[in-house]
Amino acid sequence: MTDVEHRFGRYGGQYVPETLMPALGELEAAWRTAVADPGYRAELDELLRDFAGRPSALYRARRLGEHAGRTLYLKREDLNHTGSHKINNALGQGLLAKRMGKQRVIAETGAGQHGVASATACALLGLQCVVYMGVEDTKRQKPNVERMELLGARVVPVEGGTGTLKDATSEAIRDWVTNVRDTHYIIGSVVGPAPYPAIVRDLQRVIGDEARAQLLEREGRLPDRVIACVGGGSNAIGIFTAFVGDADVELIGVEAAGDGLASGRHGAPLTVGGRAGVLHGSLSAVMQDAEGQITEAHSISAGLDYPGSGPEHAHLRDTGRASYVAVTDEEALRAFATVTRLEGIIPALETAHAFHYALEEPSDSALDLICLSGRGDKDLAQVLARLGA
Amino acid sequence: MKLDAGGKRAAFMPYLMGGFPSLEASVAVGEACADGGADVVELGIPFSDPLADGPVIQAAGSAALRAGATVDGVLGVCERLAPRLPVVVMCYANLVLARGPEAFAAALREHGASGLIVPDLPMEEAPAVLAACDAAGVDLVPLVAPTTPDERLAAIGARARGFVYTVSVVGITGEREALADAFADVVARAKRATSVPVALGFGISTPAQAAQAAGAGADGVIVGSRLVRAVADGDDVRALVAGFAAALS
Ligand SMILES: Cc1ncc(COP(=O)(O)O)c(C=O)c1O
Repeated sequence: MTDVEHRFGRYGGQYVPETLMPALGELEAAWRTAVADPGYRAELDELLRDFAGRPSALYRARRLGEHAGRTLYLKREDLNHTGSHKINNALGQGLLAKRMGKQRVIAETGAGQHGVASATACALLGLQCVVYMGVEDTKRQKPNVERMELLGARVVPVEGGTGTLKDATSEAIRDWVTNVRDTHYIIGSVVGPAPYPAIVRDLQRVIGDEARAQLLEREGRLPDRVIACVGGGSNAIGIFTAFVGDADVELIGVEAAGDGLASGRHGAPLTVGGRAGVLHGSLSAVMQDAEGQITEAHSISAGLDYPGSGPEHAHLRDTGRASYVAVTDEEALRAFATVTRLEGIIPALETAHAFHYALEEPSDSALDLICLSGRGDKDLAQVLARLGA
Repeated sequence: MKLDAGGKRAAFMPYLMGGFPSLEASVAVGEACADGGADVVELGIPFSDPLADGPVIQAAGSAALRAGATVDGVLGVCERLAPRLPVVVMCYANLVLARGPEAFAAALREHGASGLIVPDLPMEEAPAVLAACDAAGVDLVPLVAPTTPDERLAAIGARARGFVYTVSVVGITGEREALADAFADVVARAKRATSVPVALGFGISTPAQAAQAAGAGADGVIVGSRLVRAVADGDDVRALVAGFAAALS
């Protein structure tokens, strides 16, 4: 196992109210004990296999490959139970909550995929579940609100700020400050105070570990590029980690350019660069003004509509090991349609950002591996409205 | 700074949000606090994502930002209040880091601030800000919570400057019907862990609760949401502060 890092280069840390500091220590200790315990790993592996459907398929997308002019492989996280990579983390942390004796679980959600995954894990494990979701997101991802409620979770709409993922996360942290003694916070991405970015990475790295072995078996080679969308960055870190030591494999994270980087209305702090800042407990690339006020993000996809980013991504960027680019709302919508029509797969709008970059931007790569982080059923109403259908 | 209760059982330390409802009006609120008998004033700089604050202070911070409050604007409020009473600035870590700890601490000193409280800067992340504040002669006041174990309390207490800010509840700011059961315990533990005074805050919303805090040994009593609500409602801040001060005499 990799270490439980508190810092990735200069990024990361624990910028939280004192009330939470003992809980973060307790969480780290519980995590170290769990990963050293073959019983935890066995229980999680069984759930990942029989409940979530792992290993997820590695699919060679021939028609999309023709369109792009190179070989494309898709890691099918959309085929997991609940429809995205988020279940990998939710099951791992749900089991951890149980081991810590915490009966109540809270989560934040943007696209609703992490909320659904957490609600699902809680139903399975007999835990109480409360999900914070920005009001704006409860509207644009309504089917997921209904799923969470059916699963027995309480969905709390968050009014503050822009009513999106940032505000939902702030409210979840406030709940945790208040109920820390009996509550575990299942954070949904590689963000937040240490040890969360390391825990979520270790629970998501199964994506890349599987894909690397599957690709070697099928093609006898590694990909030239690994491409994933980045909201907080969990599916990207999940697929990158296995390849970080393969110096010839290019790692590319695709953020949301929203209305265009120049408009300022985007969700691309890693791409834009600038001064690092503290949001939700860690120091990383954030969108902020000159004084340090966090600014509003914008993206058509709720899961990428976030002004922060995982600290390990900021470090991978600074060291040059990974690069970050951004794709606009319009481009993502076009890629959404292309993937749907050419391959018979409806991708999540988040993932559509990664597809646009892989399909349309010139490259001399011969083989790309793309993380198909989730399915797009949740986005149908929004896409149909935008396409004027 | 010296926490001087002016002969009362405990110092009274109201919190106000800088720039709420406007910069000028917040100067008047601070002056009303001084007139009502406050010993120290805590001056909040609004932040976009205040993780330790409940609805009342969140709303005041958002309103202040909408009304155009800036860090320099609130430091201007500090400068005008500092001749009347010691001002301790309260703001979130990113505002300090964005300017840089040295520049931020120097600006605090230039504007007459006595201390700084950063609610999302635990001991582990504090060294650079503590060094900068020490160099500028500004007290970096740490927070401790009911969840803080004794060894950690001792480590925090040893680094404390000015006073230790003891959080009375496991939770965020906001008025509460009654003080949490454990508040006396955390005050007693904090007093054993440090040689500087111990102030109690979060949730204290009536003069009777303030008296209870003083009775438990708190050297200072901090009232936030109740006063911010009074400002929002246009109530008489001076009279409200006087009521709290009287309960502590
Ligand atoms: C399908 C899908 N992909 C990607 C994301 C973005 O999150 P992350 O960057 O943590 O993978 C989300 C978040 O909701 C999602 O639902």
